[in-house]
Amino acid sequence: MTNYVLRQGLVHSASSQEIADVLIVDGKIAQIAKKIDAPSGTVEIDTKDCWVGPGFVDIHTHLREPGREEAETIESGALAALMGGYTAIVAMPNTEPALDNVALVSYVLDKGARTPIDVAVAGAITQGRKGELLAPMAEMAELGVRLFTDDGTGVQSPSLMRRALSYAKPLGVTLAQHCEDEDLAGGGSMNEGEYSAKLGLIGRPALAEELMLLRDLELVKLTGAKMHFLHMSTQNSIALITAAKKAGLPVTFEIAPHHFTLDESACSDFDALFKVHPPLRTKADVASLRDALRDGLVDAVATDHAPHAPELKDLAFDEAPAGMLGLEHAASLTVDAIGDANSSRFFEVMSRGPARIAQLRHSDVRIRHSAQGGDLVVGEDANLVVFDPSAKYVVDRDQLHSRSTNTPYHGRELRGKARVTIAKGRAFNEQGEIA
Amino acid sequence: MSSTNERQTPNGGLTFFAKSQLLSADDVARGLKRMAHEIVERNESLDDVVIIGLQTGGKPFAERIVELLRDISKSEVPMGMLDVSFYRDDLSLHPVAKSAQTIIDVDLTGKTVILVDDVLYTGRTIRASFNALSDYGRPKAIQLCVMVDRGHRELPIRPDFVGKNLPTSEVEAIVANLEGVWIGEKK
Amino acid sequence: MITSIRGGNLLSLNNVSKEAILEVLDTAESFVEVNKRTIKKVPALKGRVVASLFFEESTRTRLSFETAAKRLSADVLSLAVASSSVKKGESLRDTISTIDALGIDAVVMRHQSSGAALQVSRYVPHVHVLNAGDGQHQHPTQGLLDTFTVRQVLAEQRGTTGLESGAELFQGLRVLIVGDIRHSRVARSDIAAYAALGAEVRIAGPGTLLPSSLEGWPVTVVDDFDEALAWADVVGLLRLQKERGTGSFVPGLGEFTQSFGLTLERQKLLKPSALIMHPGPMNRGVEIDSRVADSSQAIIERQVTNGVPVRMAALYLTIAGTSEGSDND
Repeated sequence: MTNYVLRQGLVHSASSQEIADVLIVDGKIAQIAKKIDAPSGTVEIDTKDCWVGPGFVDIHTHLREPGREEAETIESGALAALMGGYTAIVAMPNTEPALDNVALVSYVLDKGARTPIDVAVAGAITQGRKGELLAPMAEMAELGVRLFTDDGTGVQSPSLMRRALSYAKPLGVTLAQHCEDEDLAGGGSMNEGEYSAKLGLIGRPALAEELMLLRDLELVKLTGAKMHFLHMSTQNSIALITAAKKAGLPVTFEIAPHHFTLDESACSDFDALFKVHPPLRTKADVASLRDALRDGLVDAVATDHAPHAPELKDLAFDEAPAGMLGLEHAASLTVDAIGDANSSRFFEVMSRGPARIAQLRHSDVRIRHSAQGGDLVVGEDANLVVFDPSAKYVVDRDQLHSRSTNTPYHGRELRGKARVTIAKGRAFNEQGEIA
Repeated sequence: MSSTNERQTPNGGLTFFAKSQLLSADDVARGLKRMAHEIVERNESLDDVVIIGLQTGGKPFAERIVELLRDISKSEVPMGMLDVSFYRDDLSLHPVAKSAQTIIDVDLTGKTVILVDDVLYTGRTIRASFNALSDYGRPKAIQLCVMVDRGHRELPIRPDFVGKNLPTSEVEAIVANLEGVWIGEKK
Repeated sequence: MITSIRGGNLLSLNNVSKEAILEVLDTAESFVEVNKRTIKKVPALKGRVVASLFFEESTRTRLSFETAAKRLSADVLSLAVASSSVKKGESLRDTISTIDALGIDAVVMRHQSSGAALQVSRYVPHVHVLNAGDGQHQHPTQGLLDTFTVRQVLAEQRGTTGLESGAELFQGLRVLIVGDIRHSRVARSDIAAYAALGAEVRIAGPGTLLPSSLEGWPVTVVDDFDEALAWADVVGLLRLQKERGTGSFVPGLGEFTQSFGLTLERQKLLKPSALIMHPGPMNRGVEIDSRVADSSQAIIERQVTNGVPVRMAALYLTIAGTSEGSDND
């Protein structure tokens, strides 16, 4: 294995930030110090003016394998993640068929193990994500699955959700919910409000999200089970969940880069690239999400990376599938929202928080998972990112590593880029592996 | 026009800058009077004559001709207005004119139509007007009356009554109305 | 703000200026004359190809547009997509590219999805796109022909012409639009057109059939429908779109008629000079009583008649129009 020394970056370890060198030997972090005399044969990587921190962890990635390999495979999704600075991702279970049993979870874990990064799996809560019968969560948990979700849609039935929480609680796993009451949101293709009314598109009201969130917070109170809330998108949702956390409920939540970057007005040209569930919300919601991010209220930024083949995004707005790419630009958008003076908070929401939620830390020992994320600790696996917060670039959808091109940021100038990602001890940059 | 030497062309867009006045209002009035007499001489009777003014520049001249014919022959000659925008063969070269109404209340079959326009140039407007007129009947004859013939014909069309022949260069522009005729350029 | 549709598209009446709307109405006046002749045809679009692409069947609108195109001497490629092999789910880009490959100058398009015409205009920027109704979004030619008809009738009453009156007759004109505003593309286009021309627009309908948000709409919602009827100079009724699932928005057609139908009794509340309009097809006995529809206050047939000259103007201005200057001859 190639050994590396990262020179003079701003190193974000668990307890401190300082300009230092990081020595990586045999895939482990060997030393962090002001100045390291590396043994000969060590590859030098200049990280001056860069942030060196724990590799990003995305707990909300849609890989389209099995079923929609033309949009994304486990391999292509992992590569997009690696180039975005991610060293671990959690694959969502809404593939075709859904990841609701041990065989399918094993398939994704095995294929994921052949990629440079750590690919974990979120299992489905219900069989076939149909919201009718519980999926074999205990068996999947034995394989190391720590998150369960029917994401794509939420579990609509309150009684089923209550049973799922009761069942999951002793397994030590977390249920993650896509909060949208389909009865209220049903048929809608963008946020309900000023723009949907003008554009003649059926709206998905904020209330659809908030009502299910409220319901589930009560169910958490009732069952005592842990719960994670996916892509919270409204001002009111943030307020509700922040209050619940203050009250001591075992809940966490994530927000998605598009929800704190883009607002509903982006749908004005009926470009289905901007169609996503939950939908892009109001400018006030965007502002409140950014505030929450800066104020440290947010547990994680998660991409909801959702590749779709181009022909599907060429359908009419109300017929096109929802979802947009996220992995390759999430870090830039997060820096933009948090500001570059607050790099420790950046790594909190990009790496530590998500690793904690998905139980991907070193302490979270799991079968078939060797890698760990979330922190820089001497002696542990080297999962790092060298992030240049001042690098400017223009998004070009034809230069993405994802197999799909449905990014809503094409042509936009962004700032902040992963220069080098070190996953399981192997360093990669845009040109490939550094050896 | 007399107070300023700038004006908007009927189609909008370009502005006409006059360089010099070629005919005075009196010259125009004399020309019209002469043409009216020629019309009476040429046509045995005015009973079957219809005056059609081409929108928009020909309209004031047509109205004046009708008045003059009334003075000369004491007969009321019917008048119509024709806009040829929809019949042009060069729509892509010309902007759509702010549409001027076509008003032709008489069946033209068997009539002698006298087309009246301000300036005769390439002849394309006149060609378009032949097509347009054929949609209103089958005239016995069509005669052409123009205030100014500036040359540069692109089609085999020759006026029957001319107020004034004014050879011009193609880069120049001509504006003719009841107050006079000017030469200048459009920018 | 679009200040002219010359050489462009006609996708929506939102953000279209008063001048641009007047240009269409004024041009349509010339085509009214053409439609009265024995030979109802001018060669303005000779050799141009207009594709009519109806993903959602609408015989009336399709015939009106195709008649308009033919009277301008354009060749019409009529594709009834709704009944052809193209089914819901085919990418709009594929459908339009195939037709574009046949060599077309313009496409007249009806689609069940909001925004479909705008999407198509992005895929074929060299083709003029005329929206003949997209989902619940816009139906611009309907908004144009409705305002054209109102201007024509009011001008006649005052002994003038539409062309001479310009936008004058719309100043302070009181327009009441009634019924299923929420799902209506006609309402969205009508409101935009009336407001741009200077009219005062109010809307009335059951709470469930009003838009979910009226932010930015140049309208007020009436509290008392009967009072509003006495107030209005023009009453625009809308089709209760049963096929769009209005069923769950109102308890029943009978109750809708009770509350918002233009019945014979309610017609008596109208000013004698007030005009009654409906874009068709009417649900007689639901939003309008049959006898009201056939009364002299109703100008519904004129709306249909005017569809052709207004659509001729829209086709002519978009396809033949350029914004460049010219010389006289």
